[in-house]
Amino acid sequence: MDFAYILSRAVAQGLPLLFGSNGEILNEKSGNLNLGIPGIMISGGVAGIVGALVYENSTPNPNGFVGLLVSMICSVSCSLLLSLIYCFLTVTLRANQNVTGLALTIFGSGLGNFYGGSISTILGITNNSIPATAAAYKMPLVPFYDKLGAIGTIFFSHGCMFYIAIAIALISWYVLKKTRTGLSLRAVGENPATADAAGINVTRYKYVATCLGGVIAGFGGLYYAVDYSNGLWDTQSFGDRGWLAVALVIFVVWKPNLAVLGAFLFGGLYIAEIFVPGLTSATKEIFKMLPYIVTIIILITTSLMKKKENQPPASLGLPYFREER
Amino acid sequence: MKVKTAKEPMIRIAKRTELSTGLSMGIRVGSIVIALLACGLVLLLITNGKISFGDIYSQMLEGAFGTARRIKITVRDTCALLCLAVALAPAFKMRFWNIGAEGQALVGALASCIVVKLCPDLPVALLLLVMFIASVVAGALWGVIPGYFKAKIKANETLFTLMMNYVAIQLVKFFVVLWEKQKGAGVMSTLTTGKLPQLFGVDYGWSIVIILVITVLSYVYMKYSKQGYEIAVVGESENTARYIGINVNKVIVRTMAISGALCGLAGFLLVSGTHHLVKSDIVGGNGFTAIIVAWLAKLNPLTMILTSFFVSFLDIGTAKIASSCNLNDFASDVVVGVALFIILASEFFINYRVIFNKRAKEGK
Repeated sequence: MDFAYILSRAVAQGLPLLFGSNGEILNEKSGNLNLGIPGIMISGGVAGIVGALVYENSTPNPNGFVGLLVSMICSVSCSLLLSLIYCFLTVTLRANQNVTGLALTIFGSGLGNFYGGSISTILGITNNSIPATAAAYKMPLVPFYDKLGAIGTIFFSHGCMFYIAIAIALISWYVLKKTRTGLSLRAVGENPATADAAGINVTRYKYVATCLGGVIAGFGGLYYAVDYSNGLWDTQSFGDRGWLAVALVIFVVWKPNLAVLGAFLFGGLYIAEIFVPGLTSATKEIFKMLPYIVTIIILITTSLMKKKENQPPASLGLPYFREER
Repeated sequence: MKVKTAKEPMIRIAKRTELSTGLSMGIRVGSIVIALLACGLVLLLITNGKISFGDIYSQMLEGAFGTARRIKITVRDTCALLCLAVALAPAFKMRFWNIGAEGQALVGALASCIVVKLCPDLPVALLLLVMFIASVVAGALWGVIPGYFKAKIKANETLFTLMMNYVAIQLVKFFVVLWEKQKGAGVMSTLTTGKLPQLFGVDYGWSIVIILVITVLSYVYMKYSKQGYEIAVVGESENTARYIGINVNKVIVRTMAISGALCGLAGFLLVSGTHHLVKSDIVGGNGFTAIIVAWLAKLNPLTMILTSFFVSFLDIGTAKIASSCNLNDFASDVVVGVALFIILASEFFINYRVIFNKRAKEGK
């Protein structure tokens, strides 16, 4: 089988995870353990489909790029809304983060699958495909990629979301590691009381990081919905990708730049049955367990090594209330 | 001379020191009423007005209590959720975020099935006993692993238990493929033995009784036993616990063993009382919903009967409306999510009070 093609599928499988884990990293760096990310990814993805569908059904000759723009705006607004619910409950009202996050995942995946599952009934349309928009997403930005050999197939056969994912990961890495804003954000996640004393607006940082993270994670769902599965949503197929993205955060020890490699590795493991010879349909399931096992091992080893820069943010999961210092 | 003052905020928030039971009950009941109203509005919105506001509630009641069979199903679902919520209570009381109930229940269910597959010829009573032990041990093991690493090396338990869920899910998928009816079916055929006897005319009658007994026992354990007290102290402050001579590591591992074992028991009941097979979605996300149910009940097992009933009622009621409007079942998750948000938000008013700044109000 064509090895380059398989690797390009691994990259494609990895992209939703890359977006999702990148979003979760931003969340966790601000001290918010947002377990609602899987829900945000699903509804962010379906919102994109709904937007594109409404647009493509409204004109006889839909323009793919308008569809792309519309679906992005819909996805962003949906993810933003869900992230704001999470922020309002956990930051402003100081509700428990784990509980709120899980409630958000129940709500978000319910909302996404509800609309995604019976989209044509709800919108009252017969045509439920979005060929123009999907084509716009899939169009390779490097048209001569097939002349670049294996590298071209692996990395440059993807549409615009591939570049957006990589760019966001590298920018997140740069901002977190090299800028004042990133330093402040990390301070908020490590010790909000100290950050507060240093004059950092803890609430604002938490809100912005969480909302931005939510939107990025929503892009993961969007890529999966409109590009990877051609705008046809199946309520079963997104599966555990959201939680896999959360796992990836630990696997790459909260570093967005490593997440790029980690996502492609996880993506490869996800489709291992294509290229690992001799897998039966039963042992294939064991293979899909690998990302989680590896993540557990990483979690244990980072806790064992006690290396400061590889630990979860110190105040991860804890609410901050100034009067309780 | 004008003294420059910083702008005073209009509103500030203070922690409540004490709250009368009347007011706190009032806030809770109020929040449930608001949640129910909001759920009605959401349903009105997502069904696009196919059903009137009043009909929504009558249909929900009809869906949950309309016939004797429906009542039984409502009770069954409530108990399935309740069992997991009760299982989580000790861990949460200890501030150990066990997000792994789903996986712990799954390995419990899997263990029961393995027992039946290995020795189907045992007399039913003995078989049930072996299944029970296998499930409880498997669940406890699944809980102890993260507990041990939390106690020893402070590995983040939320993330650890979360990962264990998916290890369990894949494990179950592996066995289901091994046992599947015909190649590619993706489901196993139902077990012919290892079923609980019927009670109240249904297979899951005994499950209900067992779960209610466990709920009461768990309440007594947490409230009146020495171990329950130790759990509470560790949850409040590990340092205090150490100071008064509690072996914190032992308490963490022991409590996680109990929590996991009860989840495993839930898995056993799902197999022997309800489904008679195992599949990767047999717990159906209840492991996650139970976390919220337990939390909303303030980790009191008896109150969990009410909260798990509330969530099951919304779930079943919405499913009824969705099916009568030709929509899919995911509407239930939307409605339950909205209700949970509102009740979570109401907690704020129980724990904190909002003080309006008088001077700012007077326009000074």
